Amino acid sequence: MIQTLFGSLKEAEEPKKRGIFERMREAVTRTRENLSQSLEEIVALTIEIDDKALDELEMSLIAADLGVVTAQEILSALRERALNHKIRDGAELKQMLRVEIKAILDAYATPPRVVEQAPEVILLVGVNGTGKTTTSGKLAAWYRRMGKTVLLCAADTFRAAAIEQLEIWGQRTGVEIIKTKQGGDPSAVLFDALNAAKARSIDVLLVDTAGRLHTKNDLMKELDKMRRTTQRFIPDAPHEVLLVMDATTGQNGMQQAKLFTESAGVTGIVLTKLDGTAKGGVAVAIARELQLPVRFVGVGEKLDDLLPFDSAAFTDSLLGA
Amino acid sequence: MFETLSDKLQRAFKNLRGEGTVSEENINDALREIRVALLEADVNLSVVKEMIEHVREKAMGSEVMTALSPTEQVIKIVRDELITILGKDTARFNFASRPPTVILMAGLQGSGKTTTSGKLAAWLQKGGHRPMLVSVDVYRPAAREQLRVVASSIKANIYEGDLKGEPAGTPLVERLAKEARREAVNYGCDVLIVDTAGRLHIDDHLMQEMRSLKALLSPQEILFVADAMTGQDAVRSAESFHQQLALTGTVLTKMDGDARGGAALSIRHITGQPVKFIGTGEKPDAFEPFHPDRIVSRILGMGDIMTLIEKAESTLDRKKSEEFARKALSGDGFSLEDFRDQLRQIKKLGSMQSIMKMLPSVGPFQGLQQMAGQVDEKQFSRVEAIINSMTKKERNNHEIISGSRRKRIATGSGTSVQEVNQLLRQYAQMRKMFKSAGKPGMQRKLMGSLNAMRGMGGMGGGMGR
Ligand SMILES: Nc1nc2c(ncn2[C@@H]2O[C@H](COP(=O)(O)OP(=O)(O)O)[C@@H](O)[C@H]2O)c(=O)[nH]1
Ligand SMILES: [Mg+2]
Repeated sequence: MIQTLFGSLKEAEEPKKRGIFERMREAVTRTRENLSQSLEEIVALTIEIDDKALDELEMSLIAADLGVVTAQEILSALRERALNHKIRDGAELKQMLRVEIKAILDAYATPPRVVEQAPEVILLVGVNGTGKTTTSGKLAAWYRRMGKTVLLCAADTFRAAAIEQLEIWGQRTGVEIIKTKQGGDPSAVLFDALNAAKARSIDVLLVDTAGRLHTKNDLMKELDKMRRTTQRFIPDAPHEVLLVMDATTGQNGMQQAKLFTESAGVTGIVLTKLDGTAKGGVAVAIARELQLPVRFVGVGEKLDDLLPFDSAAFTDSLLGA
Repeated sequence: MFETLSDKLQRAFKNLRGEGTVSEENINDALREIRVALLEADVNLSVVKEMIEHVREKAMGSEVMTALSPTEQVIKIVRDELITILGKDTARFNFASRPPTVILMAGLQGSGKTTTSGKLAAWLQKGGHRPMLVSVDVYRPAAREQLRVVASSIKANIYEGDLKGEPAGTPLVERLAKEARREAVNYGCDVLIVDTAGRLHIDDHLMQEMRSLKALLSPQEILFVADAMTGQDAVRSAESFHQQLALTGTVLTKMDGDARGGAALSIRHITGQPVKFIGTGEKPDAFEPFHPDRIVSRILGMGDIMTLIEKAESTLDRKKSEEFARKALSGDGFSLEDFRDQLRQIKKLGSMQSIMKMLPSVGPFQGLQQMAGQVDEKQFSRVEAIINSMTKKERNNHEIISGSRRKRIATGSGTSVQEVNQLLRQYAQMRKMFKSAGKPGMQRKLMGSLNAMRGMGGMGGGMGR
């Protein structure tokens, strides 16, 4: 049976590995414009780069959850550049890599939004248990500290005691919460919250949604519906859709980011539980592939354990500096 | 699109033909691909390194078996190696000789301990046990309330206890645990499941609390609840939890997603303790004992296709299938009666949803898993109902099914004349297609695709959509 699945081996001639002479010949027969560059390549071939250092860097990236494909792509680009700049020393390579990763993370970063037109609506989405409710509470405190008026919306009507959990965060931060009973329609409670936010001239409305796996179509459609409900109410809203991701997440994080962006229009990532030992490197792969910035990081379970994202500090931790 | 691991391995072995043994050179390319596949599946780097060396040793110089292609042979070695690491059998559950058996749930924040506690209770109830639940998570807001709601939804006993305004801390945790055990004895519960607060393995204070709980309760099982989506860090947390508590097993949660679940391998390797259960959904019954062979193909990016193959092979009646294929391709063509037989066989494999979920998430089946939620299971039943409402004569000769007969069949099966028409039209098309393809030479090819189709239930799925 396996045979039919994998098919049988086909006999096909693979071109032989090209030797250095062939490469040289190829290089010199190229057009004039390319000639000097090709010669440079050949010269570069003779410089020895510290392959062991490169290997070690690759390992550290993989160990930090960047993923082997992303790690290899970043490093092969790094190798090229190192050759061009005639850099071979391990420490220098690492410094170059640090700059490179920071650049990836900074490419689509924007400063934290200021409330332009109240209410600013922020949706928190993500898979189960990543820290959406906790982050909603922390964000409420964050905006309160900035002197904003805040309203919480308990749109997780599915998980047992999720509403009670958010209520406690509401008490802790002195923020009111709009809720319904467990099993209620999340879009309906969202609608109520939008109304309340407008009527009370609230600056920021934080919407805590139920955790869901990105592979569940019906649940993802529900998010899409919530987004459209918001849009109908306030044309530019939701102003921010934050994908809350656990820093321990491995390569599945990419798929999460992809599918949540498709359904919910994610605008940024909150990376939680960075107070543990996980590095959260999948965020680099996500930033690179999906152009999504990290906005905040969670570093504990307390009210003020939320920090704006600092790409330099994050990169240093990633590379074990 | 994605190349499957087996495609890559085949490429790596392209030049191997004709040689008697697998040599170092060609095995290196193959091992590189395996390494990437394992790392992309989130298996820990050091575990991968170790594994690759084992595979290399076994593959090097091993005779190329004539029955298997080199690709298949390496896949087999890798598969066997993975199964060895994961343990061959589904792990057993330890019960105390003197009840109550105490099960301590441990893990990081958000891994799914509370949900899993409820599932475990429901599973034990189904097995004739009388579990009692208690939550000693006095830290996270509404955590104890969450377990209370879960317990009542499955009608399980729970010890709620009274906080009496005592501040959150280890003394309160210990008091609740002690009281719960007494309560379990009083109520004649034979198992006590203790749900604890999520904690980081580097949180000395909370890890000390966990050790105190262990000393206090002498649990038979200390289960590490881990998220299937965990990446490289899984070994660090699992190792630390194991060092401090001596875990007895792992529960891997959120396996209904599309994570490859390489963490299972890492955790098993580092703790030496078996993965005992997997969580496959948010409902209390989405919980199963763990089968190492299933996750192996998932980790390798082949979905549960191997399970599906095995299942298909044991469930489908070989002879009947071959007979069907012969008939379909020969002059007579297959009848509606034959078709119904095939439908019934497919149904024996399980629901379409569960079948589709077993398919790999990459390669040619990409996207099918996601479609699993959209499959209309009722469609199968409707098709079968329509055929059931026909007389035997009608089933064996569809041409006699006139307008009035169609009306009767529709009424009898609770469907509409349109649906009956549609089924008959599609049946006629399919029958014709098979017959015209039944020329020599084409035959073998078609048998193959028929097999594949049957494996996926593609035949039924195409009806009436
Ligand atoms: N250590 C740590 N724990 C966190 C952090 N954010 C959330 N948690 C914990 O993770 C668990 C799940 O959080 P919750 O907000 O309920 O997740 P949700 O299901 O996504 O809403 C809770 O135990 C939280 O206390 C963080 O930044 N660090
Ligand atoms: Mg929540």
